[in-house]
Amino acid sequence: MPDISEEKKREYFTELELRNFNSNGILYGVIAGLDALHDAGIDKTAMADEPDWGLGVVFGTGTSGVEKFREAIYKLDDGEVRRLGSTTVGQTMMSGVSAYLGGKMGAGNQVTTNSSACASGTEAVLMGYEQIATGKAIQMLCGSCGDDGPYVWGGFDAMKVTTFKHNETPTQSSRPMSATASGFVPGSGAGAVLLESLDNAIARGVTIYAEVLGGNINSGGQRQGGSMTAPNSIAVQKCIIEALQNSGVNPEEIDYVNGHLTATVKDPVEIENWCAALDRQGADFPYINSLKAMIGHGLAASGSMEIVSALLQLHHNFVFPNINCEDVHPEIARLIDPQKIPRHELNVPLKTIAKASFGFGDVNACVIFRKI
Amino acid sequence: MTKEDIYAQLKSIIKIYLPEDVSVDDIGPESHLINELNINSSHLIDVVLDLEDAFDIEIKDDELEAMDTVSSALEIIQKKINN
Repeated sequence: MPDISEEKKREYFTELELRNFNSNGILYGVIAGLDALHDAGIDKTAMADEPDWGLGVVFGTGTSGVEKFREAIYKLDDGEVRRLGSTTVGQTMMSGVSAYLGGKMGAGNQVTTNSSACASGTEAVLMGYEQIATGKAIQMLCGSCGDDGPYVWGGFDAMKVTTFKHNETPTQSSRPMSATASGFVPGSGAGAVLLESLDNAIARGVTIYAEVLGGNINSGGQRQGGSMTAPNSIAVQKCIIEALQNSGVNPEEIDYVNGHLTATVKDPVEIENWCAALDRQGADFPYINSLKAMIGHGLAASGSMEIVSALLQLHHNFVFPNINCEDVHPEIARLIDPQKIPRHELNVPLKTIAKASFGFGDVNACVIFRKI
Repeated sequence: MTKEDIYAQLKSIIKIYLPEDVSVDDIGPESHLINELNINSSHLIDVVLDLEDAFDIEIKDDELEAMDTVSSALEIIQKKINN
């Protein structure tokens, strides 16, 4: 969970906005979104009267502010409807995060929230990309955020998909691709990137971390072994293959894969799907890692937080270590060379990379980035 | 509680909801809350809740409708306290 001080909050929100504010998803989303905007050299602090018609927002989430919602339910059940005040709706509606951001940025293009469980962040980037690629927008702030706490995570615990075996050793608990992985560790936060038409980015002379070559979003339809909670592997492979086709990239060009890899029993299945989709295995497989070992599974926030990590690796030519994977799962070791799962930070040139996210409901999203 | 005391407290509550380009010195007895002080109309609900807490009163919906200026708010509060 991000630790946000009261001083930090005041860098992004006014005193008035913080009155009765209790929505962590929006808090994290606004901070990440405005940071991305700032990093892209866009200053919206001087409030122009007219919105920026070329600037939009696609910001995914699973839920905006469960704590605020809980607070509201208690008041309502006490017959205190009028005591909810004017901000309960804005803080609890799904699109609260994009609405807060849109207002702070003066965005005049599409401002929306998408929701596709753990695929939300990667989907948001592809939705923003489409809006620019089809000429409807010039700049799109894309990202996702995830709220935290027992009311968000309890349901996953009830399903026994979160680990309970490392309560005494929490830093070792999130173990993607490990033989001793025993479930995911829930996390929260937000990630964001500013997408922009290439011409515009070059004209502005800003840092270009990568070009979005293309991608694909699909669903396994909860058929062929897919379900609410399990992926249809054929759909996963199709999503990756079509993302490559859409990008005009050959599988052998992929230098690095930022996996979904949550540290559940499904990790070997994901590796199998990557091998099949890329038609690469053993030592021929690209480097792969999972950020979830370090920051947990941010659920709706995961895709965008991991995309930020992928772009930093691409930009700075390194592959971060898969901590907690000293014991590679034997089924995974049979499919790919464990050298491709770095346990120590590697400095290697990266050019073309793939990121995929898979979510409850049997939904998939895959995006391809290239350094320019 | 004197009228001056109520006015001072009312002013300190209204202050919270002023947009950045309106100063606390712009608040006068005849100021229109929305048209002159530029308070977001949805925030009037929050002003009322704060007044209820501060003065331990209850302001009904039809009274809220009549509360458009600082002085009309003052009047409503005075009437409620004196009852």
